[in-house]
Amino acid sequence: MGKLRFLRLALAGTLIVGALAGATAVAQDITVGLITKTETNPFFVKMREGAEAKAKELGLKLITAAGKFDGDNDAQVAAIENLISAGAKGFAIVPSDSKAIVPTIQKARDAGLMVIVLDTPLDPMDAATATFATDNRKAGMLIGQWAAGTLGDKAKDASIVLLDLATNQPTVDYLRDQGFMAGFGIDVKDPNKYGDEDDPRICTHEISQGDQEKGRTAMENALQKCPNVNVVYTINEPAAAGAWEALKAVGKDDGSVLIISVDGGCPGVANVKSGVIGATSQQYPLLMASMALEAIAKGELPAIDPAVGFFDTGATLVTDKPVAGVDSIDTAKGADLCWG
Amino acid sequence: MSDDATGSAAAERGLRGSATDVASFEEERPSLLRRIQGFLHQYPTSIPLIVLLIGVVIFSVAAPGKFLSPLNLSVVLQQVTIVAILGMAQTLVILTAGIDLSVGLIMILASVVMGRTAVVFGVPVEIAFPLGLAAGVACGFLNGVIITMLRLPPFIVTLGTWSIFGALNTFYSNSETIRSQDMEAAAPFLLWLGKLFKLYDIGLFLGMDLPWLKGWVVTYGSILMIVLAIVLSYLLSRTAFGRHVYATGDDPDAARLSGINTTRVLISVYALAGLICAIAAWVLIGRIGGVSPQAGQTANLDSITAVVIGGTSLFGGRGSIVGTLFGALIVGVFRNGLALSGLALLWQDFAVGVLIIVAVTIDQWIRKISS
Repeated sequence: MGKLRFLRLALAGTLIVGALAGATAVAQDITVGLITKTETNPFFVKMREGAEAKAKELGLKLITAAGKFDGDNDAQVAAIENLISAGAKGFAIVPSDSKAIVPTIQKARDAGLMVIVLDTPLDPMDAATATFATDNRKAGMLIGQWAAGTLGDKAKDASIVLLDLATNQPTVDYLRDQGFMAGFGIDVKDPNKYGDEDDPRICTHEISQGDQEKGRTAMENALQKCPNVNVVYTINEPAAAGAWEALKAVGKDDGSVLIISVDGGCPGVANVKSGVIGATSQQYPLLMASMALEAIAKGELPAIDPAVGFFDTGATLVTDKPVAGVDSIDTAKGADLCWG
Repeated sequence: MSDDATGSAAAERGLRGSATDVASFEEERPSLLRRIQGFLHQYPTSIPLIVLLIGVVIFSVAAPGKFLSPLNLSVVLQQVTIVAILGMAQTLVILTAGIDLSVGLIMILASVVMGRTAVVFGVPVEIAFPLGLAAGVACGFLNGVIITMLRLPPFIVTLGTWSIFGALNTFYSNSETIRSQDMEAAAPFLLWLGKLFKLYDIGLFLGMDLPWLKGWVVTYGSILMIVLAIVLSYLLSRTAFGRHVYATGDDPDAARLSGINTTRVLISVYALAGLICAIAAWVLIGRIGGVSPQAGQTANLDSITAVVIGGTSLFGGRGSIVGTLFGALIVGVFRNGLALSGLALLWQDFAVGVLIIVAVTIDQWIRKISS
């Protein structure tokens, strides 16, 4: 009996030592992290795929983490702490709360980690080692210019509904909204806030929460206020698809209403092709993530224009009805580059 | 001073005749309140109905010409359909003094199973649709089994399964949206509940020219909601199963002692709730014209809100399906009305919060009558 117990102990001890040795072996590789807002949003799913492919290519050990919901700061703080303990060389993060996460990111940088912020810049932006993001104001501007160009002379009598993201106007929300207005030729007043404009062409702002069902509800309510609407700006493509269902229900799916959007996800591009959405600004999450991992692994950053303050991963207008003076790609090209 | 003295003397004189009246009035007042309390205890559905009517009156004044149009009221009906159906599932569970935090995700999961199986994997809709319904029943059944067999509180169990179903949803859907065009091509049947028809045309079809029906546009989903409400109300009030549900919720020990198999009642209730969630999934597909694994994030709490505002007691044993229907309509009317009156979303949330607190307060007050 005693002998057996000793054997068991010896076996367990060997296993533990073996496991520790294995762990050390892995830790000698470069560990990098990717932290996204949620696990479920296709935008972040694609980002993770991009990171996984890059990690495999460069032989990195990738640790991914995400919040439970958009705005889940606590989970991201815990994820950063875990990466510091794991001895990561650096990580890429899409911050859920661009202000509240800053002290934790500082802690990581003090510990020698390289922190690359993706998609949503921190406040202040220079709290990160670098930021790779879509220029959301430019993305909005492209669809605004396209809508104005498509309407031509009728642009001055337009009736515009804007389906925004949330009442607290997160950065991406006002940047796209105000970019669209500027592109369309509307005086935006305060460029970092929507709802303060007095242009009579703006009929209403509604909140869609970027959700298809809530997008439909928001559009239904907007239709009660704006029966003559002919331009619908949407924060993203699910909201656009919901708005389309609402328009279809009242027979306004006859081309009398232009829907424009931002994102460039595969369902969104397909909706541009079938005429649901007139044009969308495509962004490139996969590129953001793979570039970030490469920068961390090599320890060097791409050249960043100090005037912009971040590395612009680009936004391209996708439409099958191009307008003179606005660069765009068609849906076939857009479908090649799409995510989600 | 002397004036006051004469004044009070006059008052004294006046009181002499009326003193008994005043006293009897004071005795009558609590009895009037108690009568209201008794009335509400007997007809709990009257509260949400009154609140609904008050809401309609307020918003027809606050958003004149917009709110009270047949078209807008039709839209409100369409907007509440999903939450109302989920609320019915939730009502069954809450009547047994339980709660189901997973209803929203059962709905999403069922919609993904229906849509993705049919459109992405190309399985005939005759198989994909029942598969989705079965997925809903299976989820509900799992909830019921864990709650009864492991004797765990429903709140904790469904909190756990909420997370589990969410993970399964992400796994099976791959977070991919299915567009209405693809759905239309592969499985138009799944979109059927979102189709609209004009009530006026139905009247004409039946040979009646009813001009007051003009402007009313209804989806098959809304009709299904009403049919479901009737069926479930019948089930709860006219069948042995229904009475067992109330008995189990009111006092499980007494129910067991009087020969009710409470375990079977509970498992059936959760499984039935799962089936109703899957029906809500079908409505959801019709409403958004496709499948969005991201949709319905707030559906759990919305369904509980509808149940509570509809007067169903969270302590079990008292409430009704019709009350929940009114509850969902109240939330829909307030949200739509406030939006049309130009108030920001945060004030809509504020108003819904106030409605919940008021509803629970009234429920507690009515319960006191038994003591």
